[in-house]
Amino acid sequence: MFDVNKIRNDFPMIRNHPDLIYLDSGATSFKPQCVIDEVVKYYEWENANIHRGDYDISFRVSKIYDDTRKTVADFIGAERPECIVYTYGATSSLNTVAINAGKKFLQKGDVILTSQVEHASDILPWFKAAEASGAEIRYIPFDEHAVFNLDEYEKCFSDNRVKIVALPYVSNVMGYIYPVKEIVKIAHEHGALVSIDGAQAVPHLKVDVSDLDVDFLSFSSHKMLGPAGIGILYGKFDLLEQMDPIFYGGGSNARFYENGEIILQKTPEKFEAGTPCIEGVLGLRKAIEYLESIGMDEVMEYGIELSDYFIEKLEQLDNVEVYNRGSKAGIVTFNLKGIFAQDAASYFNRLGISVRTGNHCAKLLHHVIHVNETIRASMHIYNTKEEIDRFVDVIRDTTIEKCVDSVL
Amino acid sequence: MMDKELKREIMLDHYNHPNNKQTVEDDSYRSVHNASESCIDDITVYMKASEDHIEDVKFDGVGCTICTASTDIMCDLVTGKSFEEAKAIIQEYYNMVDDKPFDEDALEEANAFDTLYQQANRIKCGTIGIHAIEELINEFEQ
Repeated sequence: MFDVNKIRNDFPMIRNHPDLIYLDSGATSFKPQCVIDEVVKYYEWENANIHRGDYDISFRVSKIYDDTRKTVADFIGAERPECIVYTYGATSSLNTVAINAGKKFLQKGDVILTSQVEHASDILPWFKAAEASGAEIRYIPFDEHAVFNLDEYEKCFSDNRVKIVALPYVSNVMGYIYPVKEIVKIAHEHGALVSIDGAQAVPHLKVDVSDLDVDFLSFSSHKMLGPAGIGILYGKFDLLEQMDPIFYGGGSNARFYENGEIILQKTPEKFEAGTPCIEGVLGLRKAIEYLESIGMDEVMEYGIELSDYFIEKLEQLDNVEVYNRGSKAGIVTFNLKGIFAQDAASYFNRLGISVRTGNHCAKLLHHVIHVNETIRASMHIYNTKEEIDRFVDVIRDTTIEKCVDSVL
Repeated sequence: MMDKELKREIMLDHYNHPNNKQTVEDDSYRSVHNASESCIDDITVYMKASEDHIEDVKFDGVGCTICTASTDIMCDLVTGKSFEEAKAIIQEYYNMVDDKPFDEDALEEANAFDTLYQQANRIKCGTIGIHAIEELINEFEQ
């Protein structure tokens, strides 16, 4: 039984700021006590580097660190723990894929298929991959609501040049869930690989990479109730085997010789040079256990319930324009008519409401929805309908004069 | 000190009806583009100057009330001024938003921003256009 009050009590940020309405979980989520305790426990009781098997503490922490690959693999339905690479976050995961694609999977004349709705972290690495390989970037046509259309997508393959598809699972601005399984099926029929940015999806949806058959999935711990500084790259094992590390150093090599020859560790350790974010891995494990204790189906259902409720309430207001009516993953994007997004957000901030404004790192999106800046309210399991009601009451009474007064 | 009503009026007037907001496609103007990563403000300032003074300043782009109004007011303040005078005005403005002592008389309508220093997250809005104006003055001086 989903009990939001019980959940709220698990989050110190909520206990410490009982009146704060935090609606920026798309940027980073709050962390439950069990995650924080795990990180602190590492520093207070288990502070040792990993893979120094000569003493007990290192051995114990190494085992949890290594076992967490299985926890993550099971959480996203990966076929084996060796498909799970620890990175510094979704950005470093996506760069690892794109840099390797530029070197190994793409050639001059190939096409990287993506969208203008994308987050900078899933476009800029592909610009560089195109530069490195001589491939070109192609954008899938979207309608003015930035809704993905499978037919338009399939048409992009007509010249048989698409070799990589780079798309999000959930759009970070619009909150739409992409039909990833169909996207992958079409791409594979045309011999293209699929890299999915799961940063906004994995925290909210039940994700099964085996069922989806995606080639790569990137996500960050800090948006899914875990610590910052740790992310995951899932890749199909044979693809990871073909790829090179981005960084070289300690921990990722087995041997090296004077002549420059390096014998790397096996996949996935070969990608993980340097001391990793150990406490992040341990905390991520707790975050996954916490989410699973609630159940990802329940998490997803509650996200849909909150999104639907919020959008329905906003649409009853005359002074609001909502841009993503079909959003299902706790992301609501809107503007107050005649008020610049940042002016409104600054006023909300004075009333203890945290939202994000701007283009949300998707700096090409305005070509699609023809709006430069929006307010994004993004929610997670600890948000409530009461908070939405309070926020909607504030929005109803917001005027440009009140916004300006908040800086006077 | 200005009262709150007057400040609000000045800000909204320069936001809704800026005197200097227009795109300039005249080669005798130089331009500087200033955009922020963390917010949407994205401003281009155009300046025409003689050897030692500013003849005209215009701007265009996308900005919030504070960004638009502060840039518009500063364009008014520095037009017709020598580079030295303009830089002194800008310095007084920076002093104001840094909560340091400043010369109210030098800032005229820009006094509407005299409490901006209290809101760290908006100081950038109130300086993005001003930085561009300053940069243009420095370019002309070289």
